[in-house]
Amino acid sequence: MNWAAYQKPKNVDEALALLVQAAGRGRVIAGGTDLILQLRQRERTADLLVDITGIGDLTGIREKDGWILIGAAATHAEVANSPLIRREARALAEGCAHVGAPQIRNVATLMGNVISAQPAADGAIPLTALEAEIRVVSQTGERWISMEEAYLGVGRSAIDASGEIATDIRFRKLENDAQTKFFRISKRRALALPVLNGAVSFLPDPTSRRIRRARIALGPVAAKPFRARRTEAYLESGEISPGFLEEAARIAGEEADPRTSLMRGSAPYRKDMIRLFLARTMRAMLMAG
Amino acid sequence: MADKQKIRFKVNGAWREVETRPDRILLDLLREELCLTGTKKGCGEGECGACTVIMNGRTVLSCLIPALKADGAEIMTIEGLGEEGRLHPLQQAFLEEGAVQCGYCTPGMLLSAKALLDENPEPSVEEVKRAISGNLCRCTGYTKIIRAVRAAAETLREDLDPGQPTRRKR
Repeated sequence: MNWAAYQKPKNVDEALALLVQAAGRGRVIAGGTDLILQLRQRERTADLLVDITGIGDLTGIREKDGWILIGAAATHAEVANSPLIRREARALAEGCAHVGAPQIRNVATLMGNVISAQPAADGAIPLTALEAEIRVVSQTGERWISMEEAYLGVGRSAIDASGEIATDIRFRKLENDAQTKFFRISKRRALALPVLNGAVSFLPDPTSRRIRRARIALGPVAAKPFRARRTEAYLESGEISPGFLEEAARIAGEEADPRTSLMRGSAPYRKDMIRLFLARTMRAMLMAG
Repeated sequence: MADKQKIRFKVNGAWREVETRPDRILLDLLREELCLTGTKKGCGEGECGACTVIMNGRTVLSCLIPALKADGAEIMTIEGLGEEGRLHPLQQAFLEEGAVQCGYCTPGMLLSAKALLDENPEPSVEEVKRAISGNLCRCTGYTKIIRAVRAAAETLREDLDPGQPTRRKR
């Protein structure tokens, strides 16, 4: 048996109680598009699956008190098509629109994208640039963790799906002048993992030629979604001039350190592509803005 | 051995009740318990789209859906697309345009196309490509499939009664 029981509770308390009862042998399932394969291939095992997609509180994409909130049951399709997300966090809508294929996006959740803890997850990368936080509840309480804290390593989430439920994603609604953009290279346009993906968030200063805030996330160039902090600091440090963006892209190509991979390409190629795509993306953003 | 669990769901318009192992996968349940073998198992891993069905109005990969997740859901398989003795315009168009060769991808392709046309009655070539981007075809090269979807879209639009504000879904 790949699992012995499957329950679909109506609320979070019920879900937590089921997990506690299963004493570590249960596991949360949302869309299941990754988990089902892992269970079948015995990369993970579970006796009980607790399906959280029937919990009304976990659906929903909304704005509240200056935060954008996305429930754990929200699918990639819902996020990609959400007028709120397309307006306020375009890179996230773009990232989610690139996951897998339409059939996957209809079922797989953005939260699942974070919990699967892959370094180049197309939803998680923009969330990293947006400095998103995850709300995790267990029977002992609740906490908010950052995207950085959510990853322990490749495929290893800080969220223990046998005892905890991640309920919400939140990030600060960006200022009117802020812009975000997502980019991705892959071998095919669908059903293909990214060779490189990235999200850029800029807050330009309208009165000068400076960037007040720059956030850049890249994948898969490290064990977790990677924040190019040296690049961000450089972008915030000076005036935009000819060569400025290219220099920033060059720094990013240096600070990101991808390995040579049979699946994703050689390290020199990938560093080259980081430079190229980051420069293109940043130029496109500043020209549009 | 774990207890069986009961599912109750609507398949091609009819409510069905099935008792099944908790780790049954929807694809296998459809094909074996319900004998609806139109839905195909291609890769079994969510990478080819041959197992595509429409669940609660959206296309999904039935090889990745636990059967118990479908409890209470409304499912359309390829068997539910046409009517008794009459092909759906999509099926007719696929035949007329030569969009079927071995036929293995076809049920999944048709359902992805159906879901597209339900939402977008006048899709562009790019929109059709995106809608079928989760359905692999090793035979046709996709061109005739895209042509067939757009031809069916035109047929369905022509069926519109000009007096009615909403289109009749088929």
